[in-house]
Amino acid sequence: MGYPHLPHSRETTVLSKYFGDAEARTLDGWKKRGGYKALEKALGMPPADIVNVVKESGLRGRGGAGFPTGMKWSFMKPGDGKPHYLCCNADESEPGTFKDRELMRWTPHALVEGCAIGAYAIGAETAYIYIRGEFTEPLYWMEQAVKEAYAAGIIGKNAMGTGKRIDVHVHKGAGAYICGEETALMNSLEGRRGNPRIKPPFPAVSGVFGMPTTINNVETLIAAAPILLNGADWYKKMSLSNPKSTGTKLFSVCGNVQRPGTYEVVMGFPFKEFLYDLCGGPYHGRKFKAVIPGGASVPIQTMEEAEATLMDYEGFVAQGSMLGSGGVIVIDDAQPMVTVIARIARFFAHESCAQCTQCREGTAWTTKILERIRDGEGTMEDLDTLLDIAEQMTGKTICVLSDSCAVPVVSGIKKFRGEFEALIQGRRFHPVNAAVA
Amino acid sequence: MVTLTIEGRPVTVAEGTTILEAAKTVGVLIPHYCYHPGLPVAGVCRMCLVEVEKAPKLAPSCATTVAEGQVVHVHSDKSLDARKGVLEMLLINHPLDCPICDQSGECELQDYTYQEGREDSRYREPKRFNPAEDFGGDVIYVPNRCILCTRCVRFMDDVAHEPTLNVSERGDRALIGKFEGRDMTHPWAANVIDLCPVGALLSKDFLNKARAWELDRTSSICPNCTQGCNVIMETRENQIVRMRPRANENVNAFFMCDWGRLNYRWMNEKSRVEQPMVRTGNTGLTATTWEAAITAAARALNGKKVFVAASPMLSNESLFLLTQLMQGGSGAFRVAEGDEAPLPGVEDLALRRERAANVYGAETLGFRKTKDLLGGLGQGDVLVIAGEDLEGVDASAISRAGDVIVIGSVMPSGVDRASVILPIANFSEEEGTVTNLRGRVQRFTQARQAPGETRPSWLVLGDLLGAMGKQSNFFLPSEVFARLASSHKSFAGLSYDRIGFKGLPVVDAPQTGPKAPIAVGAA
Repeated sequence: MGYPHLPHSRETTVLSKYFGDAEARTLDGWKKRGGYKALEKALGMPPADIVNVVKESGLRGRGGAGFPTGMKWSFMKPGDGKPHYLCCNADESEPGTFKDRELMRWTPHALVEGCAIGAYAIGAETAYIYIRGEFTEPLYWMEQAVKEAYAAGIIGKNAMGTGKRIDVHVHKGAGAYICGEETALMNSLEGRRGNPRIKPPFPAVSGVFGMPTTINNVETLIAAAPILLNGADWYKKMSLSNPKSTGTKLFSVCGNVQRPGTYEVVMGFPFKEFLYDLCGGPYHGRKFKAVIPGGASVPIQTMEEAEATLMDYEGFVAQGSMLGSGGVIVIDDAQPMVTVIARIARFFAHESCAQCTQCREGTAWTTKILERIRDGEGTMEDLDTLLDIAEQMTGKTICVLSDSCAVPVVSGIKKFRGEFEALIQGRRFHPVNAAVA
Repeated sequence: MVTLTIEGRPVTVAEGTTILEAAKTVGVLIPHYCYHPGLPVAGVCRMCLVEVEKAPKLAPSCATTVAEGQVVHVHSDKSLDARKGVLEMLLINHPLDCPICDQSGECELQDYTYQEGREDSRYREPKRFNPAEDFGGDVIYVPNRCILCTRCVRFMDDVAHEPTLNVSERGDRALIGKFEGRDMTHPWAANVIDLCPVGALLSKDFLNKARAWELDRTSSICPNCTQGCNVIMETRENQIVRMRPRANENVNAFFMCDWGRLNYRWMNEKSRVEQPMVRTGNTGLTATTWEAAITAAARALNGKKVFVAASPMLSNESLFLLTQLMQGGSGAFRVAEGDEAPLPGVEDLALRRERAANVYGAETLGFRKTKDLLGGLGQGDVLVIAGEDLEGVDASAISRAGDVIVIGSVMPSGVDRASVILPIANFSEEEGTVTNLRGRVQRFTQARQAPGETRPSWLVLGDLLGAMGKQSNFFLPSEVFARLASSHKSFAGLSYDRIGFKGLPVVDAPQTGPKAPIAVGAA
């Protein structure tokens, strides 16, 4: 639902049904709402069957990359004699994204359940929930939920009385964007500096503590429970455009809109109606100018592109961007694009782990040039330099942080070149209307 | 085995080899910074990106293993463009202070930039600045020149097994930092100076001493302990100014200890015996010609029982020739000792307790290791003091000697009745072989000009044997070694040519044949 607002009639609330419902946070409350039924069912199934159901449902990773979850789980070979691990990536740090925060704040038991199902499905006895350091409230609720679940025997060495061992640990990060990258997350979990690792080896071969590991996003794991309960077909049917994108997706909306919040819609929902109807459209007297639909690291969409978009993995790509994490940042016509892009670049420059040359130097250099242009000190050559640096920063580094910094710069210059040129040529940007409606 | 094509050349290498190492085998050097064969792969500098046909992205050749049928382009437009980009970015915050940088002339950042970098920079912003820091030990850190390749961090973590350094901060603020309460006083820490591809980690000992292009470089062996690390002796105007490790996977991998590295000044010793001298009647020791001195020494030795007090710094060749002088006598040596300091990440590598180059050789050739150096000197024996300074030895025993002959590079202390002084070159001034504690015979060559009329020890001893009427006709140290090889079973079959500059073990070495190449960094 569009928390903190009342649910909109066009939302489909599967995961966000109990947002704002304080009772759902407790074990009793959660059980009353049908909680842990899916886990009970799962523990009675062979793990391979769970993987097949999830595969069949078409569930794809909700963290950003959209990799098919069932397939990811099937990479974990059972009976290889090694301990397997499940990591839940709750290091939700992508600017503009706060869906996992709400999931953990309101339905912490859903995540415990999802982790237990995922761990059992991949043959792991241990699941780690890696929560970003700044998430103090979600951390509190998750720790409560895990404690309650242990006390009730739902997880532990005899999970739900089945004799199966499932341990869930909550681990707090120290507050670094890069620790949301799966290999950096594993390093951080092991107590090392959160630097991404070179792949291969992939986590399914050598992950946390060098053992086969699966890393899933919070939303992905939580979605596994209703899929098990209601069946793959039920989930698969929730698709409004491309059959490769199924189910519901949480979108966290922020920026210059009337009703920012977390919304849950079926894959393929028209983005235009989402922005103007569900989110309430722009402030009074303003117009939308651009949208960053999947967190700060996806290409910026013009409104023309955004309004033609169907909200699924393929739909965003078709309109020049990506679904990403579902963090929708809405920018209206009062905002200078150069300032927005410079701010995004500064974020990446701050968060670069400093391993790869192009990222360490490139993100900072990009920021300095952008801020110079913003301050009216830019030259036309700077635009070429920016594009050239962005080219050097794309596809050449260990992880994609550097690509993520290049993406908004390239799409920004391409789609809003006029604003850059105006600043360079000394024509200051004038907000059409500074008053907020 | 896997066969692939690199820069149009067919290459066949073992499975699991990286593209970078495979390229080396056909003479293609892929530019790189963070990769070092003695350290775990980091893959962070992104300099070694190469184009692999059919791969969607450029591949880091240090971290990509070869695959059958791969076609690799190292110098294609795409790879060159990526390297140019990396070089430009490495330089944007670099102070470009080559004229005052010790690394200048042996700097990989300089080399590759001249080779394939841009001639100008598009960077117009202020540069980042961090002050230089004393890291302790012999190490100074100049962060402004640092390219954050992390070789130093990985050396301390994975080879020295003493985590001391880290990457502090993030983004372009990042720099190498020290952990609280740690510094670079580990006995092997100064290796980070050699590992640093740029001028960020510098030696305090070598600071501002010489420009790299003024140095003469000589392949040698570190004489400072029995490990026998392979080194390069670097000289400027006939003075050794620096010793650095020379790679040998059977002895020292890529490393040498700080003690050995910094203990080179004794080879520059100014207070030397530079003239052959003979004691005559009432004038005492008088400078004379080599011929006269050799003749006098031969006369003193002829028919006498000889006791040789030798130095374990002498070469196999000289020690062998000394044994030919003994005529029924014997020889002994003593060796300075210190604490053993292993380098845990490399098998069988340590600063050894015994601090001399040729203890194994001396023992093999029949010299007795003793603390009482002159204990074996019999009444009336001729005492030959070879390379020994007798520092700290009770000289009263010398009175037992019938005669005393000094063959050395400095005047031994407490010797006032030597009848002949034959000045010889020291370790850095002659050529020869020494045998390390595992029985590996290794060649060293002449790094400096010997002072005055000093001659190489093997030449002096050869001439002396000749003057005594023994079979001797040596013009080269290799000929002395050939004689040694033909007359001593341990050295059978060895020759300078076969030994080369990587060494070979003696026949009856504790580990026969070259042992398996050192596994570096196994942790």
